[in-house]
Amino acid sequence: MTMRIDLPEETVAGMLAKAFGNRSFLIGLAITLLVVTVALVSFVWTPYDVTKLVIADKTQAPSWTHWFGTDHFGRDILSMIMVGARNSIAVALVAVGIGMGIGVPLGAFAAARGGMADEALMRINDLVFAFPALLSAIMITAIFGPGAVNAIIAIGIFNIPVFARVARAGALAIWPREFILAARAAGKGMTRITVEHILPNIATLLLVQGTIQFALGILAEAGLSYVGLGAQPPMPSWGRMLFDAQTRMVTAPWMAIFPGMAIVVTVLGLNLLGDGIADILDPKSRRRR
Amino acid sequence: MTAYLLKRLIIAALTLVLASMVVFAVMEILPGDPARLMLGLNASADQIEVLRNQMGLNAPLILRYLHWAGGLLSLDFGRSYTYSVPVIDLVRERVAVSLPLALIALALSTLIAIPVGVFSASRQGRAGDTLAMGAAQLGVAVPNFWFALMLIYLFAVWLRLVPAGGFPGWNAGIWVALKSLILPAVALALPQAAILGRVARSALIEVLNEDYIRTARAKGLPYHAVLWRHALRNAMIPVLTILGLQFAFLLAGTIIIENVFYLPGLGRLIFQAITQRDLIVVESIVMLLVAAVIVINLLVDFSYAIVDPRLRGRQ
Amino acid sequence: MSLLEIENLSLAIGATPILKGVELTITPGEVVGLVGESGSGKSMTALTIMRLLPHLARAEGRVTFDGIDILAATEDQMCALRGDDIGMVFQEPMTALNPVKTIGEQVAEGIRWHTKAGRAEAEDRARKILDRVGLPEAKFPLSRYPHELSGGQRQRVVIAIACALKPKLLIADEPTTALDVVLQAQILDLLRDLVRENRMGLLLISHDLAVVTEMADRLTILRHGEVTEAGDTARTLSQQQHPYTRELALASMHVPARPKPHLAGSAKPLLEVEGVGRDYPGRRKSLFRPAQPIRAVDDVSLTIGPAQSVALVGRSGCGKSTLARMILALDKPTAGTIRFRGEAITGKPEQALKPARRDMQVVFQDPYGSFDPRQKVEKLVAEPLHLLEKQPAAAERREMVAHALHEVGLGPRDMEKYPHEFSGGQRQRLSIARAIITRPKLVVADEPVSALDVSIRAQILDLFAELNQKLGIAYLFITHDLTVARAMADEVLVMHEGKIVERGRAADVLDHPRSEAAQALVAAAPDLHRAIARKMQEQG
Repeated sequence: MTMRIDLPEETVAGMLAKAFGNRSFLIGLAITLLVVTVALVSFVWTPYDVTKLVIADKTQAPSWTHWFGTDHFGRDILSMIMVGARNSIAVALVAVGIGMGIGVPLGAFAAARGGMADEALMRINDLVFAFPALLSAIMITAIFGPGAVNAIIAIGIFNIPVFARVARAGALAIWPREFILAARAAGKGMTRITVEHILPNIATLLLVQGTIQFALGILAEAGLSYVGLGAQPPMPSWGRMLFDAQTRMVTAPWMAIFPGMAIVVTVLGLNLLGDGIADILDPKSRRRR
Repeated sequence: MTAYLLKRLIIAALTLVLASMVVFAVMEILPGDPARLMLGLNASADQIEVLRNQMGLNAPLILRYLHWAGGLLSLDFGRSYTYSVPVIDLVRERVAVSLPLALIALALSTLIAIPVGVFSASRQGRAGDTLAMGAAQLGVAVPNFWFALMLIYLFAVWLRLVPAGGFPGWNAGIWVALKSLILPAVALALPQAAILGRVARSALIEVLNEDYIRTARAKGLPYHAVLWRHALRNAMIPVLTILGLQFAFLLAGTIIIENVFYLPGLGRLIFQAITQRDLIVVESIVMLLVAAVIVINLLVDFSYAIVDPRLRGRQ
Repeated sequence: MSLLEIENLSLAIGATPILKGVELTITPGEVVGLVGESGSGKSMTALTIMRLLPHLARAEGRVTFDGIDILAATEDQMCALRGDDIGMVFQEPMTALNPVKTIGEQVAEGIRWHTKAGRAEAEDRARKILDRVGLPEAKFPLSRYPHELSGGQRQRVVIAIACALKPKLLIADEPTTALDVVLQAQILDLLRDLVRENRMGLLLISHDLAVVTEMADRLTILRHGEVTEAGDTARTLSQQQHPYTRELALASMHVPARPKPHLAGSAKPLLEVEGVGRDYPGRRKSLFRPAQPIRAVDDVSLTIGPAQSVALVGRSGCGKSTLARMILALDKPTAGTIRFRGEAITGKPEQALKPARRDMQVVFQDPYGSFDPRQKVEKLVAEPLHLLEKQPAAAERREMVAHALHEVGLGPRDMEKYPHEFSGGQRQRLSIARAIITRPKLVVADEPVSALDVSIRAQILDLFAELNQKLGIAYLFITHDLTVARAMADEVLVMHEGKIVERGRAADVLDHPRSEAAQALVAAAPDLHRAIARKMQEQG
C-alpha cells in the first residue's frame, strides 16, 4: 500500500495559532495534562494511603469521605486511581519509546536502502504483526512469570512494526521528491538526507502515531493487568482494579465504574489530542476553513 | 493465479514458518523440564530419563522442531501434560466457542461500521456526522472488557434479559447457545466498530475528493449514486487493511472477554494452562491463534485483488 | 439565440472573491476560448456552469443555458443536464477515471442513466463512441481498466464519456495541459471534429494562447477574475487593444536576448556521453517467466561544450529525464560512460563525485516540490556548499547565499523566509540561486519553466540567458516545449524512444526537421504567430 502524505508548509508560529483554534486539540491537551498531573501529584499526596488496608471501611459506596467509594479491602478508590495512573502512563510511554526508538530507524533505513533490506524488514514486520500484544505477553509470562515489565515489553514489541511501517511509508513518500534529488545532487549521502530532510518531514506523522499508540498502550496495559499478566498487586493498576470488581458487580458496582471511567477519559483525551494534531498539520484543513 | 497472489501466498507461508520457529524457540528456553513436571517431584532421575527419551526430548533441536512442526501440519499438537489427552481434543471443543464468537463480533462490527461510515461521510460536518463521530470517538476509548462488565450489569443484573456468563454448549440448542454469546459479541464488536467506522468515514471522504468522483458527477449521476457506485468500492481498500489488523485485536479481545463471561473457549483454556504450566497447550494455542491471524491477513490480501483490478494484472 | 449566456457572474469562496462580473456567451456550434493565467478564475467559471462548485462557493449573477436558469435550477434538473446536454473534459487524465471500473462501465453508465437504455444497448452505444474517439474494439475492448491505458488514451475515454450523448455544450478545462505536444495536437483535432460533427458549442479553457488561437472562433481573456478583453480571435490578437492582451501575446513568444551563441567548437568538451543506456526491470507477468527489461535510454551519445546551451527535446516518456539523471549521477547507466571535464563519473563512489557535483547543478520543474518545506531559504540555497573542499564559516556562508540571491533578483532579507512564502516564479529563482551558488560549469534544467505562467516564464528565461552570458554556465535544457528550445538553445537534440534521432543548430532542427520524430514534434507544436496568421485568413 502506498501512502499519500501532504507536507505541511507552515512555520511553528502559524501552527500554534491554528492549535489554539482547534477544539479537539485543546480538549485533548487539557485531559492529557490533567491525567499526567494527577499521576505526578500521587507521588506526594493522595487522599488516603493505598498501601493500608482498612477492613472496617470495605466496599463503601461513594460518599463525601470517599468520593469514588472503597474496595473490598477498604482502600479509597480515588486514591488507587491516582496511583494507578502512574502505572498506566509509565507502561504506555515506555512502550511507545521502545516502538519509536527501534521502529523509526528501521523504517527510515528500509525506505532509504530499498531492495533486500526493505523486503527483509517488511517480512519481519509481518511476523511481529502476527503476534498480538496479548500473545507476546502470554509467552513472556510463561517464561519469566507475571509482572509490569512483561506488559511493557509485550506492548513495546508490538509498537515496533507499527512505527517502522509509518516511518517507512512516510519516508517512501518523501524520497522521490525533487528536494531530495536536489540534496543528492548536492552530494549528500543517505544518512545525512535521512537526518536533515526525511525525519523532520515525518516527525509530525510520528507524533500523531505516537499519541495513538500511547492511547492503545493504555488500553492494552489495562487488558493485560486485568487478566493478571501486567502489574501485580499490591501495586494499584486500573486493569487489576477492574478484575477485583468483576465478582462484586452486584454489590459494589462503583468498584468497576470509576476505574473504567479513568481509562475511558485518558484514552479519549489522548485520541482527541492526536486528532487535533493531525488536523492542525493537515494542509487541507486550511482550505476547509 | 497472478504474480501478486502467488507472492502473497508465499509470504504468508514464510511468515507461518518463522512464527512457528519463534514459538518453538520460546518454549525451548523455558525453565523447567516437562518430563520432571509430568512425573512430579518424587520421580527418580532414571524415570525422568526414560520419559525424556519417550517424549523425544533428547533428540537434536532441529529434529525436535521438525517433529513438532510436522505434527502441527497433521493437527497433532502432542498430549497435554495435565489432562493427559491429545491437545487437539481439548482445542477442538474450545474452538467451537471462540471461533463463532470472533466471527459474530467481526460481522457485527462490520455491519455497524460501514453504514455509519457512509452516513457520516455523506453528511460531513453536519449534526448527524458530528454525533456519530462523537460516539465513535468515545467507543474507541472504551476497553472492551470494561464495556462487557457494564453490559453484564445492565442487561444481566438489572434487566435480566440474558445470562451473565457461562455457556450451555451447542447441544443445548442453537438459540440458547447463541443467546449466551450475544453480550460477549456486542462487547467485542462495538469498540471495533467505532475504529472501523472512523476509518470508513475518512477513507470515503478522501475518495470523494478524487478527480474521478467529479467525472462521475459530470456525467449527471446524483450524489448518492456516485457515493455507492464509485466511492465505496475505492474506499474499501483502507477499510480492508484495518479489518485485517483488527482481526488480531479481536482474537486477543476474545481471550479476555471469555474470561469476563466465563465462556469455555480458547482464552479460558490458555489461562488455565499457564497457571498449571501446561506449556504444550499454551504453545499450541498461541500457534493456532498466530496461524489464524496470518490466514486472515492472506484473505485480506486476496480481497484487495478482488476490489482493485490493478493488482490482478492481465490474464 | 445563444446556447449559453453568462451575465455579470460573481463568485466568492468564503470571503475570497474569485470572479467579478464575468460575461460570456456561446452560440450553438461555436468554439469559445477562455484564456488566463493560473488563479484567474477560468476553472471556477466552468464549474459554475456545471454547478459543481466547492461547498463554500457562492455565485451571483445570471447563467442561462438553453433557456434554463442554471444558478436557480434544482439539483435534479442539474443532474439531467450534466452529461446529457453539457459534457465536461478535465485537465488530469491520469486521475479522471475510476481505477476500479472498466472503461466500458464508465462510458455506458452515463448513457444508461440518461436514456434509461438497457445494459446491452448502452454498451453498444459506448462501443460506438469509443470507436469514434480513436479507441477501436480490437485494441481497447470495453473490459479494459484505466490503468491499462496511457494518459492520451485515458483522455480519449474522458472525451467519450463527455460526448457520448452528443451534448449541446462541451466544456474542456485545460484538456491537453498534462499531455505532450504530439498528443495535444491529436486530442485537439479530435475535439475539433467532434464539435463540428455534432454542432456542439465548445468552451475551451487554457492558459496557452496559441492553443486557444488555433481552436477558437472567439476568445475571452480573464485576469484576476475579471474579463479584460473579449472578441473575435483574429481581431483581438492582431489588434491587441488591451495592454494585458499584448502582454500575454508578447510573453508567449518571448525570446531572451542572447548576443553570442556558443557552438560546439574546437574547445575541449565539458560533458561527453558515450553509448549510454539504461534498462529498467519490467513488470513481471508471472513468477515463472523472467521480466522483459524496459530500455528507457538506448545507446545515447552527446557532447556539450563550455558555456554552450543545448536543448534535449522529445515526447513524454522518451527517456530524456532518465538521461538527465544519469548525467547528474543520480542514476546509474546500465551501459556506456559519461565523462565530465574529461573525467569519467560513471561507477564512481559518492565521495569521489564531489568535485564533479560542485561543477554540475540542477534546476527542477516543480517550483513547489523542489524545496524542503521545513527549512529556511538560507539553508536551502546553501545546501550545495556542502560540496566545497573547505566548508565556509557561517558569516561567509550567509555572504555567499546573499550574493546568489542577488544574482537571481532576490534580496538578502529573503534568506529568513520559508519557501511557501514565495510565488512559483520566485521559487524557480531560488532554485536557480541554489544551482549557481557553487559556480558550476553546467546546469541541467529539467522542464524549468513548464509549470509557470507565460509572463513569469519569460522572466525566468531571461534570467537563464543572463546567467549564461555573465557566468559562462553551460545548460542542458530538458523540455517538450519547442518554444523554450528555440528561445534558449544553441543546439537541439531530439530524443525518441530512448534514442537521439537528430542533432543540429536550433534554427536548423526546428525549421527544417529531418527525422520523423522531430517533424512530428515541430508540426504539433502550437505556434502563436502561425495560429494568428491562419485565423486572420479564416476570419478575414
